[in-house]
Parts: sequence; C-alpha cells; structure tokens
Amino acid sequence: MGSNPSYPRTKRQIYEARQRRRANLIGGLSTAAVLMAIVLLVPLAPGWAAVKRVFFNGEVFAKTFPGLLNAFLLDIAIFLWCAPLIAVLGLALAIARDLRTPALTPLRLAAVGFIDVFRGLPVILVIYLIGFGIPGLGLPRPWNSPYLWGSLALILVYAAYVAEVIRSGIESVHDSQRNAALSLGLSGSDVMRFVVLPQAIRRVVPANMNLFIALQKDVALLSFIGPVEIFRQAGVYKSLYANFTPYLGAALIFLAITIPATRYADHLMNRQRKARS
Amino acid sequence: MTLVLENVQKAFGDVPVLRGIDLTIVPGQMICLIGASGSGKSTLLRCMNLLEPIDDGRILLDGVEISEPGHDPQPVRQRIGMVFQSYNLFPHMTAVENVMLAPRRVHGQSRAALRPRVEPLFARFGLADRMEHYPDQLSGGQQQRVAIIRALAMRPEIMLFDEITSALDPELVGEVLDVLRHLRGEGMTMVLATHEMGFARELADTVCFLDQGRILEAGPPSQIFETPQEARTRAFLSRVL
Repeated sequence: MGSNPSYPRTKRQIYEARQRRRANLIGGLSTAAVLMAIVLLVPLAPGWAAVKRVFFNGEVFAKTFPGLLNAFLLDIAIFLWCAPLIAVLGLALAIARDLRTPALTPLRLAAVGFIDVFRGLPVILVIYLIGFGIPGLGLPRPWNSPYLWGSLALILVYAAYVAEVIRSGIESVHDSQRNAALSLGLSGSDVMRFVVLPQAIRRVVPANMNLFIALQKDVALLSFIGPVEIFRQAGVYKSLYANFTPYLGAALIFLAITIPATRYADHLMNRQRKARS
Repeated sequence: MTLVLENVQKAFGDVPVLRGIDLTIVPGQMICLIGASGSGKSTLLRCMNLLEPIDDGRILLDGVEISEPGHDPQPVRQRIGMVFQSYNLFPHMTAVENVMLAPRRVHGQSRAALRPRVEPLFARFGLADRMEHYPDQLSGGQQQRVAIIRALAMRPEIMLFDEITSALDPELVGEVLDVLRHLRGEGMTMVLATHEMGFARELADTVCFLDQGRILEAGPPSQIFETPQEARTRAFLSRVL
C-alpha cells in the first residue's frame, strides 16, 4: 500500500511487475500480428479496389463530412426535446404502475398496458404507425409534421423502457428503508417521494444512460418518415456521388458521441458496484 | 400514554411467531425483552409500531384499539418512535436532513424553525460536528445515535428499540447505551429488545423473557436474573451470562 508500483520493492511486487510486462508484451505482439494480417491481406481481395473507391473515398468524405455534421445537429435537437419528456413520462409510468390505491386502479392498468405494448413493438413499427398514421388523418399544419409524430413515437417507446428501469430501481430499495420511514409517521406518498424514489433513481442512472444512448441512435429511424437528419442526408449524398463513403462518415459521427457516453455509463456502473460491495 | 397488549398473536404463514402476548406499558417505564433469536422480540416491537398487522388479540393506545384492521397507522407511528438494528438511515441525506424529514413533512415545520430544535439533540449525543455528514461518513455507533435522534425529533411518547447495539462493533456499543441511559434519566418510556443483559439488569423496570412467542416469565431484573422461576429462563441465562 502506498508504494509506487513502478519501483517494486517487495518480492511480490517484483514478480507482479514482471508478470505485467510479460502480459503487455504478448498482448501487444498478438494485436500487431492481427492488424498486420488485416492490412496486408484485405487489399489482396479481388474486389478491394472497388470497395476502397466506394466506401473509403477520401475525396467524397471531405466533401460530404461538413454537411453530415450539420445534419447531425437535427439528430441532437430531436434527442434533446425527446429526452426530458421521456424522463418525465417514464417516471410517471413507473409510479402509476406501483399504485396501490383502489380508486386509481384504472391508472395502474393503463400504465401496465402502455408499458407492455410499447416494449413489445419494434421501434420502427411504432414510428411508421404513428408517424404516417396520425398525419394521415388530414390534420392541418403544423399538426401533420413528421417531427412531431416521429418524436412522439420515440417518446412513447423509450418512456416504456425507462419506466421499467425505474421500477426495478424502486424494487431494489430495501424494505428496511420503507419501514424506517413509515415508523417516523410519514405518509405512504412521502415515503415514496423522499426516501424510495431518490435512492431508486440514483441507482438506475447508468441503466438509463444506456437507454438514452440507444435513443440517440434510434433518432436516425425518423429518417424513414421524412426528416432529413444525418442518415437521410448520407443517403442523399450517396445518390449524388454514387458512393457509400458518406455512410462511413455518418457512422464515425455517431461513434464520436456514443463511445464516450457508453464508457461513461460503464464507469458509473462500476463505481456503483464498488460502492455497494 | 399507556400501551396495552392483549393476547397478541402473529404468524408468518404457518409459523406462529407470537402466541398470545399480554403486556402493559405505563409512562416512564422501561421494559427489556430478552430471549433467544427467533423468540419473537423483534416481531413484537414491529407489531407495536403497526409495521406488522397482528392476526388476533388487541393493541390499545390510551384505550383506543390501534390494531383494528383499517385503523390509520400514521398518527400512531408519530407517537411511537422506533430504532432498528441496522440503523436504516436514509443514505442520500445528511444526518440533519434525516432528522428533519419527518417533522418537516408531518408537522409542516420549516428547516429554519427546526434547526434550533434539533441542534441541541445532536450536541447532547456528541454529534454536533456530524450534522452535515452523510451516513456512509459515520461510524456504526454514530449512525445509530443519529437514528435515535431522528426518532426523538418527532417527540414520541414511547420509544421502541430493536436490538440497536447488535450490529455494532463491541467498542461502539457503549456510546449507544449511554444515549439510552440518558433517555432513561429523562423518564422516556421505552421498550427494548436486547442482548445486553448487563444493561437490562442495570436499568430496566421489568424484564420479559420471551420463549417461542410467549412471555414465559416477567418481573424486575433482580428476580429474572437472580431467581428465575422457569427452567428455560435459567437455561437461556446460563448460555448468555
């Protein structure tokens, strides 16, 4: 404890440092070997020249990347107005699902039905049904906007997932916490609001972050009902240049957001696991 | 304030836990419940605080049958404080927020109005410099003292203590027992489930020996500890003393 691991002193530290060097060396060599094989062998494939021109075209990439980045702003905007509404609706559903008051049974049943339906459907199907179905009623502008109804579809589906995650958090709060709060004379709703929910929501932050990362990716599905967001824009460029490189650009832009976010969620989850053990 | 238990019975599924408990608690009294694990001490306390509904019998608070099915437990619990073996502080709140939550919500008092009232409680139990700490920054003994303050802040007329020193490291037991001694000195009405025989002997008015869901023997500590009448009481005491 406290000693600098790069200056091993004890026998065990010297041994472990040697083991670590060995493991790093083997890992580095095998990774380099695999990379070399890919770099050397893939260009030998008969179609490589064509693939390189169509998917890895530097010129097309440079021409389309700024436009893609610009289109991605729409993805972010859709995400930003959906996310808070999902959080609010998800929380309301989670609470409604746990209602025990007999008079509120219809609300509870509605929440159960809602969650079952929207968790049980492919996102794209909900987007089609709502995004084409509701404007099909012949509503006047702006009520026929695909942005509106496409976003609603995402909100409904993701709220159902968030509700289930929050509910699992509520169930993970130990009964002794409820008992302690009840024994102080707090009402059932105060116990929920001040003791159970704050702990439950903290616990499910990483799980919900993963859901919101998935949401950011699924925003691209709205392109099927109209909005020219990044995926649709990449398609436009593809047709224009007869080249698939714009899709690669779009993929890189998604990864630039999702990989750091996923790593951060993992980090939060690890920290919680450590804190609880 | 008088709490009367008449023939209280409770089973978990097919397993009877309380098999006809009669007990009267009068103001200022301190009752210690002793007995082996599973003898029903904890369940009895939880029934008194209406955390567990009883199957048969009655619990009367000042003559009102609080155990009646459908009786609102909330006002009862506001008069009967409880402290648990595992502290059960709310981990997302500081010590002082733990203490102020119930008075704020139940009595509608503001933080500003409450602080001057709860600060002396923290000071009295040696926790003046721990008010803004979170539970995970406190030792077990400190957490348990905060839990006691939290219950006291509701100004209960009777306090139930469920083996509150059992989860503590031995060197921390003393500081919690000191708090109980203090409350005893102030005349607080208390019922304790405890394994601290020396403490029960020193301070209790009445010691009840529970065995398989019954109060097998009850009396002043001198009688229970020195001249127990029942063979089972003697057997239990010889194991723990």
